[in-house]
Amino acid sequence: MPRKAKIRARAAGLKAMFEAEGARSVETNVLQPADLLLDLYGEDIRGRAYVTSDTLLGEQMLRPDFTVPVVQMHMEHGAEPARYTYAGQVFRRQEDDIDRDNEYTQVGYEVFERDNPAAADAEVFDVIRKALRGAELKASTGDIGVLMAAVQGLETTERRKAALMRHVWRPRRFRALMDRFSGRSPVPATRKALLENPAPMENDFPQIGLRSASEIEARIGWLREDAEAAPLSSGQVELIEALLNVRETMPFALEQLRDIAVDMPAITEAVFRLKDRIDALAARGVDVDNLDFETSYGRTSMEYYDGFVFGFHAPGRPDLPPVATGGRYDALTRALGQGREIPAVGGVIRPGLLLELEGAL
Amino acid sequence: MTIKLGVPSKGRLMEKTFDWFGARGVSMARTGSDREYAGAVEGVEGVELVLLSAGEIPRELAAGRIHLGVTGTDLVREKLGQWEQQVEELALLGFGHADLIIAVPNCWVDVDTLDDLDAAASAFRAEHGFRMRIATKYHRLVREYLMDAGVADYQLVDSQGATEGTVKNLTAEGVADITSTGDTLRANHLKILSDALVLQSQATLFRSRKAQMDDEERAVMQALKVKLGLSSGRV
Repeated sequence: MPRKAKIRARAAGLKAMFEAEGARSVETNVLQPADLLLDLYGEDIRGRAYVTSDTLLGEQMLRPDFTVPVVQMHMEHGAEPARYTYAGQVFRRQEDDIDRDNEYTQVGYEVFERDNPAAADAEVFDVIRKALRGAELKASTGDIGVLMAAVQGLETTERRKAALMRHVWRPRRFRALMDRFSGRSPVPATRKALLENPAPMENDFPQIGLRSASEIEARIGWLREDAEAAPLSSGQVELIEALLNVRETMPFALEQLRDIAVDMPAITEAVFRLKDRIDALAARGVDVDNLDFETSYGRTSMEYYDGFVFGFHAPGRPDLPPVATGGRYDALTRALGQGREIPAVGGVIRPGLLLELEGAL
Repeated sequence: MTIKLGVPSKGRLMEKTFDWFGARGVSMARTGSDREYAGAVEGVEGVELVLLSAGEIPRELAAGRIHLGVTGTDLVREKLGQWEQQVEELALLGFGHADLIIAVPNCWVDVDTLDDLDAAASAFRAEHGFRMRIATKYHRLVREYLMDAGVADYQLVDSQGATEGTVKNLTAEGVADITSTGDTLRANHLKILSDALVLQSQATLFRSRKAQMDDEERAVMQALKVKLGLSSGRV
């Protein structure tokens, strides 16, 4: 059987499993409006997705994933709760690695469910796990929600917290902001000069562009406020670092996070959510004692995940991307729901990688 | 058979390229009328001159349709993914120096670093409902640079010329462009971010890794390299 036909057959088999779990089969267009994806992900998406255009509809993107169109479909006319499955091609630019596929098949399972997020997290993980049965894979999990809760609970200004929240998915800038707010990195000379200038807006520069004088003035005001604010304490910085360094099997990770929560009560709720998730996974027969948890797992890859995240990797094959990935994306439903939202969690499998690992391609 | 050498077809870049080769005993000249894109090479046998737009030289090298080409490092890195695997840098020619920088209006007295740009972009998006626009023709280089620096809430808008004017014309809030002296930026009331040097570029002689050569052509290539002082002559 040709390669593509084998992948298609395997995808159909996986999708049938998901349908047997109660998921409704859905389809989406390959061409997606670019403006929506750009608005969600920003310019970075152009580095990952193929953009094409015509003179009537303007820019379109070749579907980089199914999640966004499926969420849109659900937000427009979905009943609750809902389970969806799909199978089809996605397209990703691979300009830095010729060996990675730029077109591959994904089979997904998505759950939109309000009542019991821990159970829904565990369900998606377990359904994906069962579909992968037979393949030698190692699972990793994480939860970006713990870090988000910690940032919200920092003893500092709201503006600093908002700046950190904005960069939760960009570790380098997050770190630079922590250093700045805690006084670890020096204030740049130009910033210092600006703050020392009693009337920086009195200058001879012509006011050009859309960013108005009042916007510039407002930001100077914030910078002055920020210079007045007490630095983030080293204790708080260390707690965030300790949190990000948690990398253990689930029960030990839970224990470490509980210890951190003693000094950082803001994460208590998030730690309870982790506890509930571990219980829900165990109730489904998942061996949680040997399941890895890493607070910052998946932190750099997908901006829309805001809670539980997971991946299944082939041990000893660091050259291969994860065979399956998934996570919770409540914030995405908020962004696409125009005022409405619904907790949602899902995952995808790449049948092509599965077949490759089995030596069947 | 001949090996093909792609050279920018007009302007200072062409003249300086001719000078550089001339100083090494390889003389080049345009032939025919002023408007005809044809040229001749003297001083070394078997080299054919191909006059091209500097912007097309990276593509021609990657396709292997020319063996050698003179163009800016900026263009090669913008247009060729994994450029080192497609072309080899044979010599930096010491002219055509230009920095790819990011510039914003002088009146943005609160913005001097990438850190400031990122914060201003966030506030701009909240105020105006769309991402801060940066006009450029170097989409890939600028996007990768800003992504690496963790700047968010911006968008790149395409500008193939007169980029410095986009801010005043309200089609962009900032620009990312090549500059050598900074005069055009200053004339358009723009200033360079102090910590955002995306790339330093200069005219460079590249060899295509994709172009096929027979033994005769390999000998021509070697002779040319020796003449240009890029090889000792030992094989």
